Amino acid sequence: MTSVKEGLGDKRGDVLMREQTTPPAASNAAGLQSASVMSGRGREARFLWLVPTVYIIFLMLPIYWLLNMSFKTTNEILGGFSLWPRSFTVASYVEILTNPVWYNGYISSISYVFINTAISVSVALPAAYAFSRYRFLGDKHLFFWLLTNRMAPPAVFALPFYQLYSAINLFDTPWAVALAHCLFNIPLAVWILEGFMSGVPKEIDETAFIDGYSWPRFFVKIFMPLIASGIGVTAFFCFMFSWVELLLAKTLTSVAAKPIAAVMTRTASTSGYELGLLAAAGVLTIVPGAIVIWFVRNYIAKGFALGRV
Amino acid sequence: MDLSWMAWTWQTATFFGVILLLLVGMTVWEWASPGGAPRHGILGLDTTRGDRLFISLLGSAYIHLAWLGLVGPNLWWALALSIVYAIGVFRFV
Amino acid sequence: MDKTWNNKAWFMVLPVLVLVAFNAIIPLMTVVNYSVQETFGNNLFFFEGVKWFQEVLNSPRFHASLLRQVAFTGLILLIEVPLGVAVALAMPRSGPWVAVCLVLMSLPLLIPWNVVGAMWNIFALPDIGLLGYVINAMGISYNFTSQPLSAWFTVVLMDVWHWTSLVVLLAYAGLVSIPDAYYQAAKIDGASRWSVFRFIQLPKMKRVLTIAVLLRFMDSFMVYTEPFVLTGGGPGNATTFLSIDLVKAALGEFNLGIAAAMSIIYFLMTLLMSWLFYTLMTQSEAEG
Repeated sequence: MTSVKEGLGDKRGDVLMREQTTPPAASNAAGLQSASVMSGRGREARFLWLVPTVYIIFLMLPIYWLLNMSFKTTNEILGGFSLWPRSFTVASYVEILTNPVWYNGYISSISYVFINTAISVSVALPAAYAFSRYRFLGDKHLFFWLLTNRMAPPAVFALPFYQLYSAINLFDTPWAVALAHCLFNIPLAVWILEGFMSGVPKEIDETAFIDGYSWPRFFVKIFMPLIASGIGVTAFFCFMFSWVELLLAKTLTSVAAKPIAAVMTRTASTSGYELGLLAAAGVLTIVPGAIVIWFVRNYIAKGFALGRV
Repeated sequence: MDLSWMAWTWQTATFFGVILLLLVGMTVWEWASPGGAPRHGILGLDTTRGDRLFISLLGSAYIHLAWLGLVGPNLWWALALSIVYAIGVFRFV
Repeated sequence: MDKTWNNKAWFMVLPVLVLVAFNAIIPLMTVVNYSVQETFGNNLFFFEGVKWFQEVLNSPRFHASLLRQVAFTGLILLIEVPLGVAVALAMPRSGPWVAVCLVLMSLPLLIPWNVVGAMWNIFALPDIGLLGYVINAMGISYNFTSQPLSAWFTVVLMDVWHWTSLVVLLAYAGLVSIPDAYYQAAKIDGASRWSVFRFIQLPKMKRVLTIAVLLRFMDSFMVYTEPFVLTGGGPGNATTFLSIDLVKAALGEFNLGIAAAMSIIYFLMTLLMSWLFYTLMTQSEAEG
């Protein structure tokens, strides 16, 4: 199958990339030298750092504003414009962490995200192996069909999902959202894992089978450790896309399993204009992502490229 | 389990039945002569017969929509046009 | 890599197939069923043939939201792709700052989409938001809840903020995979900055950039949550994109037939684009 038949050249590039990004110290001198070539010569290069810096400042401004709002009192927010909180308060955070309506939102969000990640990764592992190692009847078309589900607009599915999950009595449980998110997370997981697995030489499988390993034992003992980073990245991406999606999560829950993001929208519309609370809740939804991102920083591009950088 | 919310009609059931039959037919064809008859068609794409079926079906859907939007609700002509198009795809693409 | 022909591999794919089919095929069939019928609630349906399709295809409302969708997608691609490539080119290739840059740049990608909308709402409010306040202080009248132009500006800027990093990350990954020897050779040849970009960097980025463009294309084509939270599709219908229009028809007006017919047309469009994406990618991979 052409899509997975990565040429030898590609794979070499792949290895190079990892060598150059993971241990930055190793090729520092060469890297610096080439950086100056790459980024033009002379004076131009000295100011080049300005571009990413300005871009990052642009990225940070709305986040700073959210933080700023979250530490203000409601009176100060409505009182007018100010660049930093004059009367610093953590009341909004205390409210969120002690009021069950709020923290239950976090608990249900986190529970469906974890269920979804576990399901997606575990069913995608054997499937990705099959796609990367074997040809079988209709494999290309199956692979393409999986991709179309990653690309399908959730809005198309919202209404029938509501009826489907009501019919099987899962409506308003974390399981409903976790299963529904499989629609786009399983295809994503299969794609990313397949990309990582195709980078492992096939001779390893053959040697293991000659040595008398059964397939399950080979897969768990030898193969999975080899693609450990790929599994980590895949889990991260499933976590992320389940965490950021709201349309389906909101459609499939009403009270008991309401995700935090939906609690936020409701608070914004019903209990007046409590911007401070809204901002604090927003800040708390950024935290989990910010923590996990550190561990996958060198692989995040590969994940976005569906394992194909 | 109550399935009335799916609101089946015989027309849509027939439609999905035909699609299913096509898929089964393709599987049998592939089993009878494996390899998918790959070739480099006039679009400059490498296609197998599965690809050609997909291109035919997707194109037919667009032909029907275009007919409906530009001409009128009598879709038998659009169906005839789609069949001609599908034959063309299987012959040349 | 040579692959063995093995039809037993179907058993490894089976769990994936079952789970995705359950989520994709049953709802899709239901949508098709709804699209040819009229309902008055209580699961009472009346066959209507292709009436809804005809209505949607000839409705100015659908044309308008499709046009807005295409304009939005085109605009953000025109901004995000060159900007992303420029930032990636300017990033250091190694050293301690790389990790910091990558982490900070990825941050917007990990924020729930409605929080992105809410954050930009707070950020752009004309009286207490930083962006709105500054623009108004410069003497430009700006209010995204009442002026269509301001609303468009804010929605586009928000998307640039949210997703340009995706292009940066992919382009950067393509750049660092270029061996140093290439640059040294170019230096010896006395190649200009432009020809280094044109003949070394751009070809190496071609594949990842294809992926970046197509991912951005598809994702912006189904954008819903961020603009909905920010503007609610308004003022008027100024920022009502396809998904927003669809949800309005289905859940707001409970117009099942119309919504289902729209869904199918929408789905056919994404299907065509996915196919183009897949074909482009596999054929370019085959070429190496």
